Amino acid sequence: MTTVLSSHESAQIDAQIQVHRDKPGALLPVLHAIQDTLGYVPEAAYPQIAHALALSVAEVHGVVTFYHHFRTHPVGKHVLQVCRAESCQAMGAEKLEAHIKSTLGIDYHQTTADGAITLEPVYCLGNCACSPAVLMDEELYGRVDSQKIVEIIHEARVAS
Amino acid sequence: MIKVFVPRDSTALSLGADRTAKAIAAEAQKRGIEIELVRNGSRGLFWLEPFVEVATDKGRVAYAPVQPKDVPSLFDADFLHAGAHPLNLGLTESLNWLKKQQRLTFARIGITDPVSLDDYIAHDGYKGLANALKMSGADIVKTVTDSGLRGRGGAAFPTGIKWNTVLNSPADQKYIVCNADEGDSGTYSDRMVMEDDPYVLIEGMTIAGVAVGATQGYIYLRSEYPHALKVLNEAIEKANQAGYLGDNICGSGKAFHLEVRRAAGAYVCGEETSLLESLEGKRGLVRFKPPLPAIEGLFGKPTVVNNVISLATIPIILDKGAQFYADYGMGRSRGTLPIQLAGNLKQGGLVELAFGATLRELLYDFGGGSASGKPIRAVQVGGPLGAYLPESQFDTPLDYEEFSKLWAVLGHGGIVAFDDTVDMAKMARYAFEFCAIESCGKCTPCRIGSTRGVEVMDKITSGKDHAKNIQLVRDLSDTMLNGSLCALGGMTPYPVLSALNHFPEDFGLNKKEVAA
Repeated sequence: MTTVLSSHESAQIDAQIQVHRDKPGALLPVLHAIQDTLGYVPEAAYPQIAHALALSVAEVHGVVTFYHHFRTHPVGKHVLQVCRAESCQAMGAEKLEAHIKSTLGIDYHQTTADGAITLEPVYCLGNCACSPAVLMDEELYGRVDSQKIVEIIHEARVAS
Repeated sequence: MIKVFVPRDSTALSLGADRTAKAIAAEAQKRGIEIELVRNGSRGLFWLEPFVEVATDKGRVAYAPVQPKDVPSLFDADFLHAGAHPLNLGLTESLNWLKKQQRLTFARIGITDPVSLDDYIAHDGYKGLANALKMSGADIVKTVTDSGLRGRGGAAFPTGIKWNTVLNSPADQKYIVCNADEGDSGTYSDRMVMEDDPYVLIEGMTIAGVAVGATQGYIYLRSEYPHALKVLNEAIEKANQAGYLGDNICGSGKAFHLEVRRAAGAYVCGEETSLLESLEGKRGLVRFKPPLPAIEGLFGKPTVVNNVISLATIPIILDKGAQFYADYGMGRSRGTLPIQLAGNLKQGGLVELAFGATLRELLYDFGGGSASGKPIRAVQVGGPLGAYLPESQFDTPLDYEEFSKLWAVLGHGGIVAFDDTVDMAKMARYAFEFCAIESCGKCTPCRIGSTRGVEVMDKITSGKDHAKNIQLVRDLSDTMLNGSLCALGGMTPYPVLSALNHFPEDFGLNKKEVAA
């Protein structure tokens, strides 16, 4: 579903395009910059991006949807990424995942009703000596258990 | 002024190092004591983070793990002068865990302030580049070849041979690309290098550029490493200002520019051709080879694509010579491997050793056995595409060829331990699931095979047409192994079949039924 961009959003997107458009292979830097600014890459921005980089809208769509990192919909105030990879599994990540989902009342790729937290799976955060690991926005946590995750979620909610 | 060290490495931060550092600074101020607080890299004893050190006349004394609540008592015990305290571990250098290691690539890590260029230079930094700038490109490449260094990303291809191809491919523009898309579970050595000693990677890439005649480098960094991104950008800026990067490196008249590019969460982009597509701003679809990236790589130009550890090992080789490095190791596996202990281990962390140590030494002497106290039942070496090894194979030395004899891989040196609660059929299913999530979709065996694999595994675990479906998993694995375009589909059968062959009881089979 394509919604219309506000003129403010459109200007923000254009500003990011201008910063990065002359780099070789500019599309990923442009998409990162837009997602860093707006929290996601709106589908309505595809024509604007495509035009600036001399690409087709289909190419932009193809790239955005290929990469797990890019989102086409707004997210909550905070994004909680939970590692599902082997090292974390060896330390009880599966139980932790179930606990987080029931605590937040949502599944992966969903946002809590209050708009505070979006839950995403991730495959390795490079914190494998201290599994299981989660990343709240850019804050990494290790040896996370059912009690610690409640504190992490609480802190994020208080901060927002 | 007394120097106190509190690491800024991600793992240390994930266990509260920032809070510990703040508590130490606040307590010192409260007591009117002046200290110099250094945020160093991590020594890699991750089970002891936050790992605090104090500089004394005799060397650095360790206190660990230090939480904010411990800080007042540390001051009471006069830890600034190595006072006795339950957390006092003695001299860091005397800790067995470190003493037994052979740190070459990781020589500075945990010792220096990662973003201090002065610190880097004071600890033998940029000596390799100084030598390289006096040599011809061919001589630099020969030194790398003679060192025996093989690609540490996992493929173990001789680095010098790759460089030689780029050196001998004339072009108006060549590139050095660092593969920092460290996506394997159980690995973090690339992350540590980038966060804890970024200049060693910058120096290694610069030497590569000088050697093959490339003037532009890119570090393709995974998006899951926000701290590494900040540290690298800060270090690159400082190196530019100091003339170690730019149009005239160290006054040599040679140019080398470096830029970090963020990946976007696709595991397959760790495959070099997929990575190059991504750097060009496209979907990370794997390319057919040939042409080799060394001949037609980034933007169609000759390109060196090397892993972080390979590039970060170049400076010490150019500093101390090919023979120095080649003297470590066994067989055709020369030098050292930074091994990452992960999963269910009591003492997880970074162990750099010459090739040849056994898995058992790593799991028990360094790792201290399982974290849960239960027997270690299976170990996955080399990431999600690596084989699972049972206890009977724990005496295998870490060596590319020895592992390959067992139909296993060393990969990027990650070791993930599982205790006896692991369900190996579930792990086999997960291997297919991971492949399905991460497949780029270009070739059929990987794109379709991975999804069919999940379905067949579900049938096996529910007991449906059991014997038939076991055979089907083997056939499917054979197709993926031999018919996939890259290692993602081609190696997913490693964890699957090794789990099936070594742990048949988890698949509802008797040991005897799996003589194959």
